[in-house]
Amino acid sequence: MQPLFQNGGGLALRLVLLVTLSIATMVADHRGHYVEQVRSVLYTAITPLQYAASVPAMVTEWGASLLTTQRQLRQRVEQLERRNLRLNARQQKFETLLAENDRLRQLLDASAKREERVLVGQLLAVDLDPFRQQVIVNQGSRSGIFRGQPVIDATGVMGQVIQTGAFTATVLLISDPDHALPVQINRTGLRTIAAGTGEADRISLLYIPNSADIQVDDLVITSGLGGRFPANYPVARISAVERRPGRAFAAVTARPLANLDRSREVLMVWPDERQRSQAREIEVDPEGMPSFDQPATDPGMTPDSTATTPPDDTSTIIPDGELDASPDGDTASDPESSP
Amino acid sequence: MSRFLLPAITILAGLLLIMLPLPSVAEPFRPDWVSMVVLYWAFAIPRRFGLLPAWIAGLLLDVAQGTLLGQHALALVVITAIALNMHQRVRVSPVLQQSLFVMFLLLLKQTLVLWISGISGRAPDDLWLYFSAPVVATIFWPLVFVILRDLRRRYALA
Repeated sequence: MQPLFQNGGGLALRLVLLVTLSIATMVADHRGHYVEQVRSVLYTAITPLQYAASVPAMVTEWGASLLTTQRQLRQRVEQLERRNLRLNARQQKFETLLAENDRLRQLLDASAKREERVLVGQLLAVDLDPFRQQVIVNQGSRSGIFRGQPVIDATGVMGQVIQTGAFTATVLLISDPDHALPVQINRTGLRTIAAGTGEADRISLLYIPNSADIQVDDLVITSGLGGRFPANYPVARISAVERRPGRAFAAVTARPLANLDRSREVLMVWPDERQRSQAREIEVDPEGMPSFDQPATDPGMTPDSTATTPPDDTSTIIPDGELDASPDGDTASDPESSP
Repeated sequence: MSRFLLPAITILAGLLLIMLPLPSVAEPFRPDWVSMVVLYWAFAIPRRFGLLPAWIAGLLLDVAQGTLLGQHALALVVITAIALNMHQRVRVSPVLQQSLFVMFLLLLKQTLVLWISGISGRAPDDLWLYFSAPVVATIFWPLVFVILRDLRRRYALA
């Protein structure tokens, strides 16, 4: 038989041991992320649970999609088509602007800025610590997601990856009180820091002097100064400016542009310059775009090169024009858009 | 066979319940299912269920919740040690009294987690909301107790 009163000194010893171990891992985790490997393994281990937890939401969504009528679907398709048309039209202008920008940068000898490589991720409906602002996405280190990676949605910056497993990752939103983001006011170029408040619809801008030129509805964009987020992504719009004469700084709050509590799809961004060649390949991938891309950039190059070195370059450019079956840039884009 | 399996499965089930999405209004009131399951096994099979399983459960809880690695683990180990030490007195008491004891332990755990959050600069704003979860858990304890006891008897875990 087992003895009735048994657990004596062993319990206390083990308690002290495990408490010490816990404190050690916490300090390591807090100070320098030395236990990243351990975290990652444990995180991957509970990935099936994360997926299992998001099943009810998936089923609900699937059920809702079954119940939509054909009319609703048609309406939605029409709406999306109209939106696509609008975006395509804007894209045309964007391509020429991009080419022009590249050309001007070449004139200035500045390094060309390219679009970043992106990957679409879906949020898993999983609850985390209710007192923090985090979400889980269905992309992990297997797809190349790394700690500190910026995450955006269709309308603005969402946050950054703080924990990766093999197949999922946790994203800290910009509204978390722990999160601070170097930003600037688009209109004036005033640099500041956007700190989360713990509420999804409010972030606060720090260290803005009372006399600063800042207005309600100003656009706030990333400044790229932290080295983690690429520059010039929209973050928020100023919602309230309270100048406090007695204090050193004004109280400025802004409303995030990203749908922090409603988005289902997010974009994981690789801001790294080394990824540029890969980024180009991916850019060309979507159908329809490459044929549009080429004529828009080529005629853009011709006036530039003819201006610098007239005799040699024009001869090399003519075959290019023949391939497009049109001598100059304006008509080159016409046969593309008419069919 | 089910000597380790049943506690492990029930703890994972608790973890799943913690991650299940709730409306954001109800989220802060969600009972800490993992801690409740761990406490049950500490009361029921104190000689088999030591501190190490509790610690591992705590680590998994940390990873699932996105807190510092070791935060919940430390708190859970401490309350499990108290539970192991007191199990002879608690086991013979009626379920209602057990509930009160569990509430005390869960409040202690929440306090420990709060202290660590405070030290690392991540304390939540609304403390009333923060301490409401253990109280809600108390209401659910009889249910957890009955379910786990039936499971334990079915699989003949002494």
